[in-house]
Amino acid sequence: MLGVFSFGIDLGWALLMIPLLPLLGFLVLGLFGRKQIKQSSGIFATSLVLVSAFLSFHTAYGYFFKYGKLEGVYQKIIPIQFTWLQFSPGVSIDMGILLDPISVMMLVVVTLISLMVHIYSLAYLKGEERFPTYYSFLGLFTFSMLGLVVASNIFQMYIFWELVGVSSFLLIGYYYDRPSAVAACKKAFIVTRFADLGFLIGILILSFYAGTLDFNTLILKLTTTSTPEFLSATAASFMGISALTWALVLVFIGGAGKSALFPLHVWLPDAMEGPTPVSALIHAATMVVAGVFLVARLFPVFSMSAPALELVAFVGIISALFAALIACTQTDIKRVLAYSTMSQIGFMMFALGVSGSGGENGLGFTAAMFHLFTHALFKALLFLGAGAVIHFIHSNEMKDMGGLRKYLPITHITFLIACLAISGVPPFAGFFSKEEILLAAYQHNATIYWIALITSGLTAFYMFRLYFSIFWNKESLAHESAHGEGGFAMMLPLVLLSVGAAAAGFIPFGDFVSSDGKPLESVFHWQFSIAPIALGLAGIFTAMWLYKKQNNRSDTIAHSLSGLYKLAFHKFYVDELYLFITKKIIFNLVGRPAAWFDKNVVNGLVNATGNSTLFISEKIKGFQSGKVQQYAIYFLAGVIGLAILFIYVWK
Amino acid sequence: MMEPGLYHVLIISTALFFIGVFGFLTRRNLITMLMSIELVLNSVNINFIAFNKYAWPNKLDGLFFSIFVIAIAAAEAAVAIAIIINLYRSHQSIDVENAADLKF
Repeated sequence: MLGVFSFGIDLGWALLMIPLLPLLGFLVLGLFGRKQIKQSSGIFATSLVLVSAFLSFHTAYGYFFKYGKLEGVYQKIIPIQFTWLQFSPGVSIDMGILLDPISVMMLVVVTLISLMVHIYSLAYLKGEERFPTYYSFLGLFTFSMLGLVVASNIFQMYIFWELVGVSSFLLIGYYYDRPSAVAACKKAFIVTRFADLGFLIGILILSFYAGTLDFNTLILKLTTTSTPEFLSATAASFMGISALTWALVLVFIGGAGKSALFPLHVWLPDAMEGPTPVSALIHAATMVVAGVFLVARLFPVFSMSAPALELVAFVGIISALFAALIACTQTDIKRVLAYSTMSQIGFMMFALGVSGSGGENGLGFTAAMFHLFTHALFKALLFLGAGAVIHFIHSNEMKDMGGLRKYLPITHITFLIACLAISGVPPFAGFFSKEEILLAAYQHNATIYWIALITSGLTAFYMFRLYFSIFWNKESLAHESAHGEGGFAMMLPLVLLSVGAAAAGFIPFGDFVSSDGKPLESVFHWQFSIAPIALGLAGIFTAMWLYKKQNNRSDTIAHSLSGLYKLAFHKFYVDELYLFITKKIIFNLVGRPAAWFDKNVVNGLVNATGNSTLFISEKIKGFQSGKVQQYAIYFLAGVIGLAILFIYVWK
Repeated sequence: MMEPGLYHVLIISTALFFIGVFGFLTRRNLITMLMSIELVLNSVNINFIAFNKYAWPNKLDGLFFSIFVIAIAAAEAAVAIAIIINLYRSHQSIDVENAADLKF
């Protein structure tokens, strides 16, 4: 049943078009892109996403300012829903659109960043052989991501969750002739898929206890302490932990895999093998925050289980610090950005983890969503800027760069704005969101607050290390082949995003997004901001001192910290640990016995069946001699035998 | 002089049956084998007639059955001879030993 409730048919169709237009682009370009519309494929896909972005802005305006509020509280509205697969009354996989503040915000973020990346790629990937394929994959990704954020049913979310995984796989492996890209896309897919197993089991447990897959009903049933569903979910326990907590932890494992949180982060740095605009879209702004979105979507349920929330907080803060330390030592600019992404997602996660539900307690929730929003803007900008640098220099390595500010003036300015934003310098966007996160942490957990504070200083340091290494440092290697910044199509997204990164902090975010739908009054305490700003500036000036001019101070420091530096440079050996566990332990202890069993027992049984059949048939095939008279003798013997049987034995 | 009874007739038909079976199993010529089958069928006919006459003299079922058997025997002979002619065309022989193409 397709129901379009209370807003008229227009809203329903407009909403449906938001995800369906990119899907149309995927289908058309996938089917006809290689031959018929090769030349205009980029323009075609971009215009579809443009319409989609326009519709989501329209939806956001309508939701936040017109029909979203009921008595001062933002409602969860389901304008479209149809039952797709019904298991039993109440349990069904529905396809629908759920509008609430976070999904509407994500609609805007996804379509906006996707549009920017579409425009940017027009120039960045110009002349590529598989240009239309690239745009069709982008369309598939945009479709899946939009489907994920508006999902009204947890299983619908899971379906789109896997679809984003697939499109991420396809896009990382876009340069399929590079072995490193092929390895990276497989790694990304396998690691996230492994984590998704947890998500699936979590869904099954949650839906088993709640008796539904629908988000609204599920949240309602599992957050009202008096319902039988809630009582049974908290009463049942396994290894001393309630079923509800288990389910939430498993769901969180899925989210951690997609969001590249420690220790499931290993795929994200390698995913940088994809084209840079893809990294901006998928591995910085949208897909990797799906885990944060998932926790936020189920936040009311999470807030019923303190242990699960604590896990979220600690995994978040560990990832934030861990990734920031690694980011300080990497030399590949995209990898620095990848670790920085991981660190920022850690910030969002622990903000959710320290948050409570409702009212003033929900500050962490609002802060996480706010940071998600601003981070999408400035991190996409950073990636696109890095793309412009790579486009100019044809290298990812910092040592090949330096002194580029004269050649890339627009990129330089926009990159600087993004660096200031991520470092939390007022009045850029990152300052406001990070401040809220720190405040939320301060109110709830001192340990987390202090680690977060140090991490935000580190953030400023590694971002400006990157900035100075690219644009200052050694005086420019003479770039004779200087061919400009990449044209209008590449500069427009940079400029637009930098406006966003500079100004988005002034949006009164708490008015729109909060844990319970009521506007949250966010008060800024200026005294509180002194410490983070001071640390941020300290980070910036340290980076300036070390990297603005070419010198060997940084090497000296790295040398004096040799142990820690080496550890961070080798990413704390997590990759090696994974390889050790898989190759040495799992392969030897599980793989080899399984292979032996397969070879000898399973294969042996099959071969034995075949061999014995062959043996027996060799023995008895002489009976079929082709001679009629022999057959007649057998027949006669049979008849006589039966006759004797019936006459003498059987009576 | 003794009247011939049921047993005499049955002995004849049994002898005829086994002569037919023996011929079918030992002859190599297909025509002769066909003739042996006719002997087997006729021994059955004799049995039908004999039982009808001696056991149920006022019924006619046995007679009817033997007429059916004669009709079927005629049809069977026609089919068998057609097969034999075709076999001769392809194998240049009607020796049953040579018609062993349907072996394993």
